[in-house]
Amino acid sequence: MNSTAEPKNWEKLFWPVLACALFLALWHYSVVWTATKVFPSPLAVERGMAELARKGLLWAYIGDSLRRVALGFGAATALGIPLGLTLGWYPAANQVVNPVLQMLRPISPIAWIPIAIILFGIGDITATFLIFLGAFFPIVVACVSGVSNVPSMFRRAGRNFGLTPPQLLARVVFPAALPQIIIGLRIALGIAWLVMVAAEMIAVDSGLGYLVIDARNSGKRYDLVVAAMLLIGVIGLALDICFRKLKDIPSVRWGFRHES
Amino acid sequence: MPAKLSAQHITMTFQRDGKSTRVLDDIGLEVGQGEFVCIVGPSGCGKSTLLSTMAGFLSPTSGAVKIDGDAVTGPDPRRIFVFQERGVFPWLTVEGNIDFGLFRLPRPERRRRVDHYIKMVGLEGFEKAYPAELSGGMKQRVEVARALAVNPDMLFLDEPFGALDSITRLTMRGELLRIWGAERNTIVFVTHDIDEAVQLGDRVAVMSDRPAKIQQIVDIDIPHPRDLSSPRYLELRNGIFKQLGLAHKV
Repeated sequence: MNSTAEPKNWEKLFWPVLACALFLALWHYSVVWTATKVFPSPLAVERGMAELARKGLLWAYIGDSLRRVALGFGAATALGIPLGLTLGWYPAANQVVNPVLQMLRPISPIAWIPIAIILFGIGDITATFLIFLGAFFPIVVACVSGVSNVPSMFRRAGRNFGLTPPQLLARVVFPAALPQIIIGLRIALGIAWLVMVAAEMIAVDSGLGYLVIDARNSGKRYDLVVAAMLLIGVIGLALDICFRKLKDIPSVRWGFRHES
Repeated sequence: MPAKLSAQHITMTFQRDGKSTRVLDDIGLEVGQGEFVCIVGPSGCGKSTLLSTMAGFLSPTSGAVKIDGDAVTGPDPRRIFVFQERGVFPWLTVEGNIDFGLFRLPRPERRRRVDHYIKMVGLEGFEKAYPAELSGGMKQRVEVARALAVNPDMLFLDEPFGALDSITRLTMRGELLRIWGAERNTIVFVTHDIDEAVQLGDRVAVMSDRPAKIQQIVDIDIPHPRDLSSPRYLELRNGIFKQLGLAHKV
């Protein structure tokens, strides 16, 4: 198979499955050969997951984590897109707000934990707030740069056809910036999923992040720790794959021509 | 014939890094109703600046552009500026692009016009296609159709065929003349291609290098369709070459 050949359908599935199988085998035999008492084997993890499913925790925890990410990411989208579009649209406003944004942006949401707890107490709101913080800044930044990168020719064409500024924003600037906004949303969702783990460790008593810390604290159940880690990885991958599908929508596909 | 557009003493000075550059120097040009005027000149001489000024996207440092006797203060849907094919909106289909300027009209009328202009520019079968799936020439047709669909009195074309290959360019010139023959919009067409100007225009305004003045306005008194090997064509074309100080030997 050379690099220009289009992989056949069975190959698209076969190689990833083979790689996963090799990874599991490597993991299994490493545990067997090192005779470790701490690190669980794949089979132990599988049994751990089955146990969680039996207790009804598996789906409940997955649901709780997804719900918090959906709320935090949703709020970040709902506030971040209008703010980003406004700042991109009014460069003068951006000059005022940008230094503050740029200063807040590198602060990890984890550093906000004490403040978040003072503000919202221990609970769902704090966890969701931290996820929101993680997703908010990348969305705003993507919208600002998306809007300022809209070719002036498109704006001119819009004005030429007699569009009012709100129409210009809705019918020209937003669709022209949308591919870049989607890239920002995808990055933000990835960050939201990362922050979810930390947020659930400290603020709530359900969810996959909570499962990681709880399994360790109550009886050193490393099989459950690793089970939670695998679930976080697989669901994160699934979310990203769903998001990547967005770029196949015909009205944004043009913005992803040079991406694989 | 009353002037549709009259540019009076247009001067344009740009300020950059504290230096001021005069781009246009006291330009005067009248364009009659239904006339096809080409503007040629060396690249970078300010042809596009002049066209943007006429279309209302830039205001001149001094002087004024009047259309139907009223001073131009901004862009207007009655006068559409056509860029190279890059002005087509990539997020809309061919239909969506042509429909773009029709938002004030009732739905059946929009449908009628979209169908009419798709047919006029020969894009039947591509209604639902996105610009990324089209060739450069087809995108240029979409842009021309988008402009014509709003029934403008005037079209400003800024090197519209500049990015096309030479065969497509020749076809597109024929298409444009055919459409102009049917619609009789007033057209101001900027190009750096002297042949193109002499093939298309009723008159050709020849601009000098910066700061640009209009050196000469040449009447192209050959009826369409023009024979590109006729002595008169070659004479007019060579006259403009000479005017621009170009030797036509390679």
